[in-house]
Amino acid sequence: MPGSPFFVELRAMLGFAGRFLREGFRPRYEWLELVNQCYIIGYRSLPLVGITSFIMGLVLTLRLRPTMVQFGATSWIPVMVGLTIIQELGPIITGLMVAGKVGSSIGAELGSMRVSEQIDAMEVSGTNPFKYLVVSRILAATLMVPILTLLADAVGLGACYLGINLQGVTSVALFANNILGRLTFGQVLPAVAKTFFFGFAIGLIGCYKGYNAAKGTEGVGVAANSAVVLSSLMIFLLDLVAVGVSTAFGFI
Amino acid sequence: MLPMSPVTSPAPAAPPTPASVIEVVLTVAGISKSFGENHVLQDFSLTLHRGENMVVLGKSGSGKSVLVKCIIGLLAPDAGTITVLGQYVATLDHTALDALRAKVGFLFQSNALYDSMTVRENLLFPLRRHWLADRRGQEDQLVRQALDDVGLPQTIDQLPAELSGGQRKRIALARTLILPPEIILYDEPTTGLDPVTAREIDQLIRHVQQKYHASALIISHDMNCVRLTADRVILLAEGRCYAEGTYDELAQNPDPTVHAFFA
Ligand SMILES: Nc1ncnc2c1ncn2[C@@H]1O[C@H](COP(=O)(O)OP(=O)(O)OP(=O)(O)O)[C@@H](O)[C@H]1O
Ligand SMILES: [Mg+2]
Repeated sequence: MPGSPFFVELRAMLGFAGRFLREGFRPRYEWLELVNQCYIIGYRSLPLVGITSFIMGLVLTLRLRPTMVQFGATSWIPVMVGLTIIQELGPIITGLMVAGKVGSSIGAELGSMRVSEQIDAMEVSGTNPFKYLVVSRILAATLMVPILTLLADAVGLGACYLGINLQGVTSVALFANNILGRLTFGQVLPAVAKTFFFGFAIGLIGCYKGYNAAKGTEGVGVAANSAVVLSSLMIFLLDLVAVGVSTAFGFI
Repeated sequence: MLPMSPVTSPAPAAPPTPASVIEVVLTVAGISKSFGENHVLQDFSLTLHRGENMVVLGKSGSGKSVLVKCIIGLLAPDAGTITVLGQYVATLDHTALDALRAKVGFLFQSNALYDSMTVRENLLFPLRRHWLADRRGQEDQLVRQALDDVGLPQTIDQLPAELSGGQRKRIALARTLILPPEIILYDEPTTGLDPVTAREIDQLIRHVQQKYHASALIISHDMNCVRLTADRVILLAEGRCYAEGTYDELAQNPDPTVHAFFA
């Protein structure tokens, strides 16, 4: 078993993560490239994440309403939708969307740079390509996914408010009070914390796949594709781990 | 210890003819390199002198690119030593290796231009990354100069994808030459180009040799390129230095492996 391709790959990926930890926090720091990647990974993903979380918030509210009307619990809609979005849907949707958009483009970009020897060219030009390309992207993804998630949460809640008002009238103050009054720190903190790991996984897997892409144009496609598949799967696995951890620490 | 001992120093104005050159700038001593069961290089050696153009000739897959990548430190040989400008490549740390690489130009077989950057940014990359504080003020001028040298000043704001294959090769050459190198490694500079463009590249190589008095190791199997650029030719076959001499000497060599290239 330990010799199977799965374990070989797993060990290589852990080695890659170890190299990130070793090299990432030692000079020379690539600040410019980090800012550039934050712009690309964070800012450029805003529309996609915004639209998807808006639709999720709205659809969820409209779908939930008939059931809640039956139970006479319409006043619980905001907090139910709010909790669902903040704890699960916001992080997961952001994670999946970023994995699809950013994970694949990192995989393809680094893959084609590997295949066409651009990574070697950087190395002979006085640049550590691991720091310049990999560290900057992993850090940017780790920092941007939590921020995008918070924005997705806000947009989702806004859509929920809109959904409620399509079939009745609720003031913003009442809505906010309804949610914020019942949210605890212990419900929000783990939900935000796990998104750092989502971002790290997306950056790490995309970079690993691209950086180690096989020669030939086929290698680029494989790198991009497996980066998306693996990081999407990883997001669900991490989400499962997060539930376990928060339960263990009594956060739920 | 170091093989860098000028016996006589040539007068500064002396023309760089191979006969007047004695300083060794690059030594490859008995290197071997295998990828698994694929024994690519086996006990390969060569010596390159200052101001000399040496061509390494060899079949496709004979390990020519592996050889130059070992010289520049991108691959580590399994055995043997490589000495570049008096320094053992294998023992250098990052800083020293970077400093050495600033003096060695490398033209990649695939050009390796950065797709996401314009021609200007491509040329600025080695200039900025090699921590050459003294060149800060003249970056723009150096870029224009390098582009003029290869005859493509109008492409400065274009992306590599917008250029033809021959233009890309020249831009890659400009990027290699922007930090005036002491040694230039050309990996198949003319492969895939039409004969006219290929001869222009040959002339550029000769021009660079004269202008910078640089040494060059040229990987090629384009016999016209070999004839026009080589002061000395080495045939890489069976992982080792199979034959060595001037173009004319090798052309007379009756050995079938050598003769096959000149047929
Ligand atoms: N990174 C690598 N991993 C495994 N094998 C490699 C690697 N690089 C080169 N090889 C193998 O080494 C051999 C020589 O390759 P190399 O690229 O040096 O050939 P070449 O002489 O430059 O050929 P060409 O003229 O086609 O460029 C090939 O069999 C190749 O498969
Ligand atoms: Mg080659």
